[in-house]
Parts: sequence; C-alpha cells; structure tokens
Amino acid sequence: MSPRHSAFLWLAQRVSALVLAFCVLVHLITMIIVVQGGLTAAEILARTQGSIPWLLFYSLFVIAVAIHAPIGLRHIAREHLKLGSGVEVIVSLFGLLLLILGSRAIWGVFS
Amino acid sequence: MSKLKVSVWRSAGSGAQEYFDVPRKENQTILDVVTYIQRNLDPTLSYRYACRVGMCGSCAMSVNGKARWTCRTHVDKVCDSDALDLRPLENFPVVKDLVCDMQTFFDKQKKAGGAFLGAHTREDSVALIKPDSSGRMAVDEAIECIGCGVCYASCDVVKWKPDYLGPAALNRTWTLVKDERDTRRLDRLRAVSGDAGCHSCHSQMSCTQRCPKLLSPTHSISGLKREVSRAALKGEL
Repeated sequence: MSPRHSAFLWLAQRVSALVLAFCVLVHLITMIIVVQGGLTAAEILARTQGSIPWLLFYSLFVIAVAIHAPIGLRHIAREHLKLGSGVEVIVSLFGLLLLILGSRAIWGVFS
Repeated sequence: MSKLKVSVWRSAGSGAQEYFDVPRKENQTILDVVTYIQRNLDPTLSYRYACRVGMCGSCAMSVNGKARWTCRTHVDKVCDSDALDLRPLENFPVVKDLVCDMQTFFDKQKKAGGAFLGAHTREDSVALIKPDSSGRMAVDEAIECIGCGVCYASCDVVKWKPDYLGPAALNRTWTLVKDERDTRRLDRLRAVSGDAGCHSCHSQMSCTQRCPKLLSPTHSISGLKREVSRAALKGEL
C-alpha cells in the first residue's frame, strides 16, 4: 500500500470514529428517553416517518459505520488471519454490504 | 542465606527451561544472577552484556514474563517469591540460550530512515538549535534510546505482524523528522507509512510502559501519524 493511501485510510478511520462517537451518543440518549413510556413500532415510526432530520442523522451514522468498520476489519484480517492482498476486496464488499443494509433500514423507517 | 530458584531458557529453537539454585543477596541485579550461574554453575550458558550500567542496551531479556534491562533491574523489585524465570526477549530469533539475534531489529531502523543526513559539511559551522524550540524539545523527549529491544519485545503488533517496523525504529525516525538540520523529512515520512509503518500502531503503550529509559515511543508514533497525515493532505506524499 502506498504511503498516501495508508495515510488517508488512517484519517478516514479517525474522522469516522469522531462522527460515530457523536452518533452513538445521540442514538443512546434518544433510546433512553423514548423507552420511558414503553416502546412500540408505531411510536418509532411516528417519530421517523417523513422526518428529514432523522433521515439525515441516520444516513450520517450508516456512512460512518460503512467507512469505519471495514478499515478496522482490514487491520484485524492482516494481523490475525494473515490475509494479504485479497483483503481489500473482501473488506470493501463488507463495507458495501453495511451501506446497503443500513440504507434499507433507514428507508424502511422513513418512507 | 535464602536461595533463588532460577529457571533459565537453554539452547535455541526447541530448547527447554533449566533450573539453578542461586544464593540471594542484597542489591542483587538480574545480571548478577545470570553471571553467577555462568561463572559458578554452568560455564556454557550464553548471555550478552557489556557496560553493566544501563548505557549499552545489550543485556535485555525476559524476566518473569516481562522484557527488562537486567543490569539495572534488582531482583527485589521483580521477585516477590524466590522464583525467577529468565528467557530470551520475545519477538527476536534466539541464537543460543539468552542471546537474541538483533539483526532484523537494527535493519528496521535503517528501513525506517533512521540515518541522519544534514546539509552541512565539515567546513560549515555547527548548527545552532535553540534548546527551547518546539522541535528540539520533541527530540529531547525521544532521543535517549539505547537500542535494548525491550519495546520491540513488548509490542503485540510486532508479534502479530513481523514486518511492522516497531517502536524503536519509529521513535528514531521521529527524532530525525523533528530535527531542524534534517534534509530527508519526506523520505522518512514515506518510509514510516504503509502497512508496516506507524499506522499499524494500536497505541496499546506496552513499549512506553516497559521502556527502561522512560521514553514514550507511543507518543513519537502518534507524532509521526500526525506529520504523515499533514503531508498527505498537502499532497506531499
């Protein structure tokens, strides 16, 4: 891997970690507040359906996950599974899978 | 007089621990124990030392599971009972008994760009560096490495990824990157990037915890990550 590529991967993982720290915090606080009166599907959908702010927030969350997790997995695969050059393809596909599944879930509660 | 039950790794490759009884004394160092065994119990025991005062970095070994410099490590500080377990440093090939092959360790310092190259010739005057300049202060914090290999032996990333340059080599490069006289900054930053370089460090800080000179290779590696990132964003890499 080139020095430039390596540096940008590292930066991407750090920046996405910052975004995730914020998103996880908002997500947890929201959960703690909304379950106070019991939790129902109808209540969740009432909050998220048609809501542009929640759509943007969870889109940011999913994009950050889709960037952060594959880079971390790449390190683990190289260190512990001793995977070589093929690992980039595998983790990129995994990132794409996270993006598709996350987007599908967001669209499910928005539309 | 009480005795220490000392278990010592013998031979290379598929060797085994051998046990010796060594008289315990006041102010006894681990190196004293090994020397006692070699001079009084088994002259075939191989180990390495030179200065005996913590300057040369040649006597490091694994003491009760932790890498340490043995000339400055007192038995009382590391041994609650009378049992002492001595092995060659981890992450190094063993030559024989407690002697490791340091070749790869020093080769990695070269690979990481550890050789100074300035612009001055012997005809020029000596460079004047302000002691309180930020670069010089950063160098001061990292420059006292004696190349003992304790950090390298304590690093999990080296264990998992044998081509990783390791804390000592990266720390050395950091001292040159922050050296005002240096002329190869970008070459060094390129040398410490990539999968074997600074970005592989997980900041677990075992190197910093164990460094006998109380340096912080973790801090130096973090500095390299920042410098490499800045250079990448500026399009210099």
